Amino acid sequence: MFELLGIPPQALFGQLLLGLINGAFYAMLSLGLAVIFGMLNVINFTHGAQYMMGAFAAWLLLGLLDVPFWAALVIAPIIVGLFGIVLEKLMLKRIYHLDHLYGFLLTFGLALVIEGLFQWKWGSSGAPYPNPIPGGFNLGFMFLPTYRAFVVVAALVICLATWYGIERTKLGAYLRAATENPTLVRAFGINVPRLITLTYGLGVALAALAGVLAAPIQQVSALMGVNLVLVVFAVVVIGGMGSIMGSIVTGFGLGLVEGLTKVFYPPASNTVIFVVMALVLLVKPAGLFGQTK
Amino acid sequence: MNAQRLLVAVLAALALAAPWFAYPVFLMTALCFALFACAFNLLLGYVGLMSFGHAMFFGTAGYFFGHVVKAWDMPPELGLLAGVCGAALVGLVTGALAIRRQGIYFAMITLAFAQMIYFFCVQAPFTHGEDGLQGIPRKALLGGLIPTKDDRVLYYVVLAIFVFGYCAIYRIIHSPFGQVLKAIRDNEQRAQSLGYEADRYKLLAFVLSAALAGLAGATKAMVLQFATLTDVSAAMSGEVVLMALVGGLGTIVGPVVGAFIIITMQNYLAATGEFVLVIQGAIFVVIVLAFRKGVVGELAEWWKRRQAR
Repeated sequence: MFELLGIPPQALFGQLLLGLINGAFYAMLSLGLAVIFGMLNVINFTHGAQYMMGAFAAWLLLGLLDVPFWAALVIAPIIVGLFGIVLEKLMLKRIYHLDHLYGFLLTFGLALVIEGLFQWKWGSSGAPYPNPIPGGFNLGFMFLPTYRAFVVVAALVICLATWYGIERTKLGAYLRAATENPTLVRAFGINVPRLITLTYGLGVALAALAGVLAAPIQQVSALMGVNLVLVVFAVVVIGGMGSIMGSIVTGFGLGLVEGLTKVFYPPASNTVIFVVMALVLLVKPAGLFGQTK
Repeated sequence: MNAQRLLVAVLAALALAAPWFAYPVFLMTALCFALFACAFNLLLGYVGLMSFGHAMFFGTAGYFFGHVVKAWDMPPELGLLAGVCGAALVGLVTGALAIRRQGIYFAMITLAFAQMIYFFCVQAPFTHGEDGLQGIPRKALLGGLIPTKDDRVLYYVVLAIFVFGYCAIYRIIHSPFGQVLKAIRDNEQRAQSLGYEADRYKLLAFVLSAALAGLAGATKAMVLQFATLTDVSAAMSGEVVLMALVGGLGTIVGPVVGAFIIITMQNYLAATGEFVLVIQGAIFVVIVLAFRKGVVGELAEWWKRRQAR
């Protein structure tokens, strides 16, 4: 077999695949954060907790009601999305007129409550979720598990569908218009508060969907979203929240960067995204795809 | 004004007598966190910058203190100095990058840097990873003049450090420099058009806040004789925000009150495990939704209304 810079290809491609999968989750989560921020002006710190709730919903659906993975892929995001809508109606709605930092603090508090309750009920050690599509392909230079290939493709489809929905449909046009100038859009007879509620529900459902996809790969545990959401914040800073496509590209790209770091200099793999963030702040403070507002 | 002087005198008497009524180690921990919260509040309350990564200064300062005192076997004064300077240096580097963005991005950037420092501390050899830096010796201060083995003696040292830090913050806020900071908080463009280089002021404030947070962290390591990953974690960054928020953002006494409330609560709830976090989260929610001014802010408001009547 050939070797690249002394790295066996199995290790290289294995880590690249892992990076691509992580990137898929970064892309889906940062996309949801960007959509929510655009509409609500709130950085949703609960995003990691809602991702965890998605995974838990799928796990509970399977364990208690025998609902298969494919059905959970639809049901779990709906359940968690509805939960998000309740949160928005009860709490988030009351703080839109305040400084951004209050939204950040409120959702941070909510994340603590949710994660704490799940940890209390189910402990912090993870529970396994059976792989819905076992097996894989031997590509000659590496082994590709079918499920992991599916996750990458599914994430791409979800991201592109979200992009299409926001950039190319009528509802998306309302959404973008309401982000620019809510008062004017209201004057046209569009129910902006309802649009905001729906946006939050959608963003949360997106996080939950990512959680369901993650369940068979990672252990389902109460704290699975804690560190992830912090990395996603860095991804959002790097990409800038201006463009949907930007979030997708940045998410996948950073996953790959992380994978490559694991191959060439493993000790830095945890920190490389933050280093990239520091470099981007030096060169282009508004983020790679961001506009300064 | 007389009432205020009386209040200060009563508080001073209470602070001096406290170790004979309460457990000194608890009081010292609370004082360290109070200083930490004040340092955080200097940035949020008076410059309008919300750092969600202040644990990186608090925690690393603890490691600096422990390493200098234990591994290098130096006197604790040098350990404290190393903690303050180390935290200030971390603050200089991260601050210079973070102030390039504003508002909520600033919070996310500081949070991300703190996470980076956390991962660094997990791997670095001198922090001893998950075990933490244990058994930092308590050495006598001032070349043997002050024996610190006795908790009550050490309490007065910590009280002195706290008062020093608190007075420093008071002085900063009420100096011309502090006035410029407040001007930047209220209207950055206008401050800039008047010729003040906002970024330089913000960076200096950030470094000062980091240094004071470092002083608190190093002192805590001196008291408890260990430095662990908990003190650099994102949860700790959140905790200090909570302390300042509970007490009242932008009030000078608020963070002290908030720190005592939260530390007392943790002390009583420690046995309930995960519920400490749940309750802390719930307090965040309630305060943001209903009492944004915090305990001290609401009390001040009430007092003002009473005076007006």
